Amino acid sequence: MHTHPSYELKGKGKFPIREETKTFLLIHKKNPKNQTNHNPISNQNQVTTNKMTEGEGKRMNKKAKEKLVFWLFLVPALSSFILVVVVPFFMGVYYSMTDWTAVAGQQANWVGLGNYKNMFSDLAFRYSFLRTFLFTLLSVIAINAVALTLAFLVTREIRFKNFFRAGFFIPNLIGGLVLGYIWQFIFKSVVPSIGTLLGIEALEKVLILAEPNLALFGLIFAFTWQYAGYIMMIYVAALLNVPQELIEASQIDGANFIQRLRSITIPMIAQAFTITSFLTLVTSFKQYDIIVALTNGGPAAIYQGTTVNSTEMLAVHIYSVAFKYNNMAEGQARAIIFFIVLSVVSIGQVYYNKKKEVEM
Amino acid sequence: MGVKKNTVNTILTIITFLLFVIIMFPFFIVVINSAKSSLEIITDPISLPKQWGQLLVNISDIWNRPSIRYSSSVFSSVIITVGSLTTITIFSAMSAWVLVRTKSKTSTIIFLVFLSGLIIPFQVVMFPLVAFFRMIYEATGLRMLRTYHGMIIAYIGFGAPLAVFMFHGFIKSIPLELEEAATIDGCSRPQIFFKIIMPILRPIFVTVIILNAIWIWNDFLLPSLILGVGQDVQTIPLAIRAFAGSFVKKWDLIMTAVLMAAAPIIVVLMAAAPIIVGFLFAQKHIIKGMVAGSIK
Repeated sequence: MHTHPSYELKGKGKFPIREETKTFLLIHKKNPKNQTNHNPISNQNQVTTNKMTEGEGKRMNKKAKEKLVFWLFLVPALSSFILVVVVPFFMGVYYSMTDWTAVAGQQANWVGLGNYKNMFSDLAFRYSFLRTFLFTLLSVIAINAVALTLAFLVTREIRFKNFFRAGFFIPNLIGGLVLGYIWQFIFKSVVPSIGTLLGIEALEKVLILAEPNLALFGLIFAFTWQYAGYIMMIYVAALLNVPQELIEASQIDGANFIQRLRSITIPMIAQAFTITSFLTLVTSFKQYDIIVALTNGGPAAIYQGTTVNSTEMLAVHIYSVAFKYNNMAEGQARAIIFFIVLSVVSIGQVYYNKKKEVEM
Repeated sequence: MGVKKNTVNTILTIITFLLFVIIMFPFFIVVINSAKSSLEIITDPISLPKQWGQLLVNISDIWNRPSIRYSSSVFSSVIITVGSLTTITIFSAMSAWVLVRTKSKTSTIIFLVFLSGLIIPFQVVMFPLVAFFRMIYEATGLRMLRTYHGMIIAYIGFGAPLAVFMFHGFIKSIPLELEEAATIDGCSRPQIFFKIIMPILRPIFVTVIILNAIWIWNDFLLPSLILGVGQDVQTIPLAIRAFAGSFVKKWDLIMTAVLMAAAPIIVVLMAAAPIIVGFLFAQKHIIKGMVAGSIK
């Protein structure tokens, strides 16, 4: 009988699997009769088979071992996930119904739905809600429009398209906080200077971050600048998957650009629309970093006779209720509502888009 | 037809180039203003700096500023990013593999638990998380807040759902015969994972690493809660916040700080881009051949 090199290596824990597997499979395929006599690996195969039939005890042992591996492999990721997401989530649900202060040693007392009732009568919260919806809607439209345009351009037969693709993606490497400061500087100093340079008085005098609606526009602008390149990549991948034959066939049939877009390209990339709308929707709704660095919630606006912060979206609002107004439990209750609304809206969007996908 | 097509493409190239210039404009602004003095930046923020030498003066100012502690912040950011990336990818791949290969109710439920993490926004868990970390310290004496390991564990928890989901989808497409053959060869289950599955997963590893690297390097809210702004251990975004969040805005230095904050990740990813692209491209074919060849 041949001694196979794999036997020596096995003891050291170094087992050249791929080579061995291939050899085994090759032999197995080429001459199935030969292998039983000459290939030691197949002997081992028999040994394993024998082991399995030897008795209940061994089989149980193997099953127990598999179970052990299952849990050992799961433990690091699962325990971290439970530790930082699952447990805090349920704690959060509980805290939202108490007068929790997060101060060490202070007991949290049950208050039922009190925090939730307060929230809906709070004008600042209602205003923040409306502004978040407006911000999300406009951002989703702006980002997808820009991203789709860029994707169309860089999938055409133009020069340096890989260079352009990389260039459009780069803003995404800049974090929200850092880019918030960059755009704050641009809106405050650079835009007026450009106005002076070009002699446009409106541009020279405009204070983008001091007027509620312009500030919102500024936020959407900065956010689109950051995120459009990322969404573009998804559209590029989808556009490259549209079969070239379809396009050619339509060209032969004399379809123009608009017709082709409506009847071929858009339906073919419907799946990408589901993904991109989901991503932009969720990311806009949860936006925090850019807002904190660019406007920090301001400027002030009047809503139904109360002073409110015009760009304080929900994520920022939750934080400021908890820390600025030192009301942890109420901030937590708002976070729960935030979660429910986000889930309903995003699941609804995916459901709607999936239905559209089928229709197309 | 050919001439017409050429003209169209030239026009499209020009349009793309103009858009490129517009999108690059903020970077241009950051670079030119990093090399200006505090007076120059107020009087003229859009022309080229008078002396590029000012850039070095500003960089050394940021470097030595005690509120930023640039070198120590970069060091912390690197430790946290690298530590989290390594653990997220390996642990998630391990979980995804056993979840795919074990067909049981438990494994389905655990997979769904991971998926639920994809829709839970950070805002819902952030306050209780801090409280829970403090409770752990009070109960066991193990400090979680303001430490590297606390930060990394938090990133594993928040990063795992997406990574598990991505690995799960890919592992499903790996033929089971490959693993069966290895079992016959006498491979144990862990050996199968580390020596057969891990190498095949490389392209997903690259994707998961890039996505998470961008997120973790730039993240602000999570480290601001776990580490705190202005504490001993601070990441780059926290340092920027501590410096730029103050009321008096020294824009010349903020621009330099911004440049120095963004530079590392841009440089690293740009330097790695050709390698990554080449790797993904080559890997696609290598894997196809390898998987196809091994189970023929």
